[in-house]
Amino acid sequence: MCLAVVLCLPPFYLDAFWLRIGLFSMAAAIGAVGLALLTGTAGQLSLGHAFFLATGAYGYTWLAGEPGPGLPPALAALLAVLLAGAAGGLFSPVAARVRGIYLGIATLALVFLGHHVLLTADSVTGGFNGRSVPPLTLGGFTFGAGDPELTVLGVPFGAEERLWFLGLALFAFTWFTARGLLRGRPGRALAALRDSETAAAVMGVDVARHRSAAFVVSSMYAGLAGVLLALSFRRVVPDYFSLVLSVDYLAMIVIGGLGSVAGATAGAVFVTALPLLMTRYADQLPLVAAPGSADGSVGPTEAARYLYGAAIVLVLLYAPDGLHGLARRARDRIRRRRPRPPATDPALSPPQPAATARPKEHTP
Amino acid sequence: MTVFLDNVLGGIALGAVYALVALGFVVIFKASGVLNFAHGSLLLFGGYLTAVLHDDLGFAGALALAILTTAALAGALDRFLLQRGGQDAHSAHVQTIVTIGIDIVLLTDLARRIGGDLLSLGDPWGDAVTDLGPVTVADSRLAAIVVSSVVIGGVFALFRFTSWGLSLRAAAEDLEAASLMGIRLSRVRAGAWCLAGALAALAAVFLAAFPAPGLERSTGLIALNAFPAAILGGLASPAGALAGSLLIGLTEALVVGYQSDLHVLGEGFGDVAPYAVMLLVLLVRPTGLFGAKGAARV
Repeated sequence: MCLAVVLCLPPFYLDAFWLRIGLFSMAAAIGAVGLALLTGTAGQLSLGHAFFLATGAYGYTWLAGEPGPGLPPALAALLAVLLAGAAGGLFSPVAARVRGIYLGIATLALVFLGHHVLLTADSVTGGFNGRSVPPLTLGGFTFGAGDPELTVLGVPFGAEERLWFLGLALFAFTWFTARGLLRGRPGRALAALRDSETAAAVMGVDVARHRSAAFVVSSMYAGLAGVLLALSFRRVVPDYFSLVLSVDYLAMIVIGGLGSVAGATAGAVFVTALPLLMTRYADQLPLVAAPGSADGSVGPTEAARYLYGAAIVLVLLYAPDGLHGLARRARDRIRRRRPRPPATDPALSPPQPAATARPKEHTP
Repeated sequence: MTVFLDNVLGGIALGAVYALVALGFVVIFKASGVLNFAHGSLLLFGGYLTAVLHDDLGFAGALALAILTTAALAGALDRFLLQRGGQDAHSAHVQTIVTIGIDIVLLTDLARRIGGDLLSLGDPWGDAVTDLGPVTVADSRLAAIVVSSVVIGGVFALFRFTSWGLSLRAAAEDLEAASLMGIRLSRVRAGAWCLAGALAALAAVFLAAFPAPGLERSTGLIALNAFPAAILGGLASPAGALAGSLLIGLTEALVVGYQSDLHVLGEGFGDVAPYAVMLLVLLVRPTGLFGAKGAARV
């Protein structure tokens, strides 16, 4: 509750740069939660997330825009999410047959083939230069600049401020649905599949159905993230949805800690915000030259990339179970430091949290 | 017919180079379970060293030094960064992400040094060509085929006849059992990374040689095409990597060669054709052409 209130504050205090970082982070978090479901919980390695993000982003742009059917944007957004889900469903014959690292590379094929289609299908996607994204309207309210002019508590609400609340709502939706899924029957079935397919099948889990359902649900989250990304960028271009994006999402969920919604969110913020922040502040670091100076010197962009790469390596070297595991260990340590009530009878003392007992790890 | 033969030869040469890269992927995957995303930048590193050093050392000396340095770099990355994470299956995919971080750092640095330049590697073949019956082939392509065949044969012999090869095969089969049998996993792993680094540095020479314009900062991306090559063959099988690479090389060369007839598929389909072929193969054979289908035991 407290957190929700805090998350509603930024638009009143921060400028557009920070709001944008927040928006991209929220969009990335939605996508990362989807990938965490698929790769972290169900153990299906996917490098094709960029393709499903692209399906959502381009689906929305085409459905709501001209040329295209020009549907009401809200309906187009919904259909785009379903479209991404359908794309995931179409891929599930492959996903049902191919395992582990093979699945990862097979999904890689989706990214390359998808990128090719985005470049060549000019009439739908606008080719290399992409298309501009129509703003989302909901009952006469536009999530873009102006129309209607809006000032809340003396702060003019432009596109970023409005999208912030849209992103927050979508993210909250993702957070609660994904946690519900993971904690309920489907989540347990998927975790059982990850640990041993044969064992899960013996326990009565329909292997093929759950595997493809995980793909469809994850793609729908990716589609939703794609719609939000398209709205925040206001223009979609094919080169954004490349292998690098897929790899970034994989990095998010591993850095966050596999298989948890909170971890995926933390990882998404880390991977999205860090390069943007570093690019902005890199020129204040020592040994960094101004952009455009002589060859052979380290410019701000490069410095930001170095730091970003080094950060990934360092985080994973010192916290192999990700930010989520780091947080859990810190919590355990604080608990242990707290003075224990003097136990008169050892049998009655409360059981200590087992810091070493980890849930069974797995290979996606 | 001449066009066809031309394309086939080009495809085989391309496949031979992919095989060098794919073999590196496979060896690393076999030894450590890590999918090495930094392979492209290792390749670029090797190529860059050759390009910088060939003025002073001559081509052969520069290449030898580049191969040794790249091998040492790859081995050191594994020994001092990746192996700190441990050996089990969970840490393997954490290490896969660590290679992404390594790739970002290496690639940024190399791209900064190379800039927009096209670097010549000073290879002895230049733009010379040889007439083989009706077709004309660039010497560099013939060299690629010959050198790759020899090197790949050597690597196979290494797997088959040396104790390191035996250790590697044992470790790939069952890490725990191999370790109990007294195999030093950390050495086997580091050796595999060294080998992969050396292969990548060698491949860089042929990727930058004629008819390619030279080494540029995006040369490392070409290494990505070796992913489908390695997968097609089945990741655990070096022979498969070879077959897969030839198939991918041929597909790419033929699609590019007959592009005007394949206009429906759109321009630049040659770049993505390997992935389309890979998807089809995986649909029929989920563990690749030569991959073993393991029996499940509960």
